[in-house]
Amino acid sequence: MPAAARRLCAHSVTPRFAPGVRLHHDIARERWVVMAPERMFVPDETALEVLRLVDGARDMDAIIDLLAVKFAAPREVIATDVRAMLDELVVKGALRP
Amino acid sequence: MNAPLALLAELTHRCPLRCPYCSNPMELTRASAELTTTEWARVFAEAARLGCLQVHLSGGEPTARRDIVEITAAAHAAGLYTNLITAGVLLDAPLMASLVAAGLDHVQLSVQDADPAGAERIGGMKGAHARKEAAARIVRQAGLPLTLNAVVHRQNLQNLPLLIETALAWGAARLEVAHVQYYGWALENRDALLPTRAQLDEATRLVEAARIAHRGRLVIDYVVPDYHATRPKPCMGGWGNRFLSVSPAGNVLPCHAAESITGMEFANIRDTSLRDAWENSEAFNRFRGTGWMPAPCQGCENAERDWGGCRCQAFALTGDAGATDPACALSPHHNLLAAALVEAGTSEFRYREFG
Repeated sequence: MPAAARRLCAHSVTPRFAPGVRLHHDIARERWVVMAPERMFVPDETALEVLRLVDGARDMDAIIDLLAVKFAAPREVIATDVRAMLDELVVKGALRP
Repeated sequence: MNAPLALLAELTHRCPLRCPYCSNPMELTRASAELTTTEWARVFAEAARLGCLQVHLSGGEPTARRDIVEITAAAHAAGLYTNLITAGVLLDAPLMASLVAAGLDHVQLSVQDADPAGAERIGGMKGAHARKEAAARIVRQAGLPLTLNAVVHRQNLQNLPLLIETALAWGAARLEVAHVQYYGWALENRDALLPTRAQLDEATRLVEAARIAHRGRLVIDYVVPDYHATRPKPCMGGWGNRFLSVSPAGNVLPCHAAESITGMEFANIRDTSLRDAWENSEAFNRFRGTGWMPAPCQGCENAERDWGGCRCQAFALTGDAGATDPACALSPHHNLLAAALVEAGTSEFRYREFG
C-alpha cells in the first residue's frame, strides 16, 4: 500500500481534536467552522456530524454506531465514510487518532 | 462585500532580530507612536463584530510589548482565536504561563536556518537559535500547538532537509516553508535572497516528499516565490476581501505591506472604526473586486482566482499599484523578473534597522 493511502485511524482509536483545534460557531456567517492554528475550514454536513461526536471519549466504533442510528443507514456504509473522513481530518492536522 | 476572516495585529516594530527580509516597512514606527493596550482592545472587539475569527499577534516582536499578556487577554475576550507570531528569543516559562492563562491558542515560532551559525548570521542576533529551541520546548510544555515558520531563500535552502527535521525534533505539528516575498527590506536584499530555479525545484521536491513521509504527523504549508512563476499569487485572497491588518501606529491596511505603496492614504483606528475603514476607506475600495483591473486582467478567466496578483509587487516593480502583477506572464513587465534572477548572487545583507 502506498504511504499516501496508509490508514491512520484503526477501529479502536478514540479520535480527539489536535491541540489548538476546535469547532467554532461563526455567528457572523451562521455556520460552523473548524478553527485551527492560523487556519480554518468549513466542514461539509457529513464532516460536521462526525466532528460533533468527537469528544475524546467515544471511540470510532461508538461514533459509527450513533451515526448509523441517526441516519438509519447500514453500519458498513457509515463505517466506510467515517473512517475515510477521520483519516482526512488527521492528515489535515485537525484530529489526532 | 465580504467580511474579513482574519486580522493581523502588528503590535510593534521593535525586534531583537534584524532579518534582511523582514516584512515590516522600511520606515519603522517607534515605540512612542504605538497604539495603547486600550486601543488594541477596541480594535479586537471591533474586528470580532466585523466577522474576524482569528487574530495574528505579530510585529516586530510582539513579546517586546510589556502589555502582551493584557493584549492577548483582550483578543481572547473578544472571541478571537489567538496566534502569537514570535521570534521566541524573549519567551520564558513564566511569560508562557501568563499567555496561556490569558487564552492564547497557538504559537508560530520563526527559525532563520537549521544551522545555528547560519541562523544567527541571517537573523543578525547572537545566541538566537538556542533561545528559539528553548522557546519551542516552553511552548510544548505549556501544551500549546506549535508551528515552525522557516523563511527560505538562496542562502539557507541547502538546509531545507534539516529544517524539516528541526520541526519534528522541536515538536511542531505544522511547518511553514515560506519562500521570501520581495517587498521592503526583502526587495532591498533581493540579490542576496532570490533562489535559483534549481534551488526552487529541489525545495518543492523535498516538501512534497516530506508531506508524504510525515503524513498525519506534520502538516507542511508551502509558500512559493513568484519570480519563477508564470501566474501571480492570489495575494491576500483579494484586496479587501478576507483580511485586514492594523499597523503599530493604528493604520488600517489591506495587507501588511500596503504602506510601501507611496501616495496611498490609510484610515487610522484613532480617527475611525474598523468597520468604517473596511467598508468605506479609499484604500480598501481602490483595488477591491475586479472593476479596477487593467488589461490583461480585465476579463481574464483567472481574474477572480488570482485577483491580478499583488498590488505591492506591481507598485514596487512598475511604479503603478494598479498594474498587472509582473509575476504574470501576460504582464508587459514580466521580463523584469527574469532580469532580477540574472542579477542575483551576492551574499551581503543590508540588515533591518530603525532609520
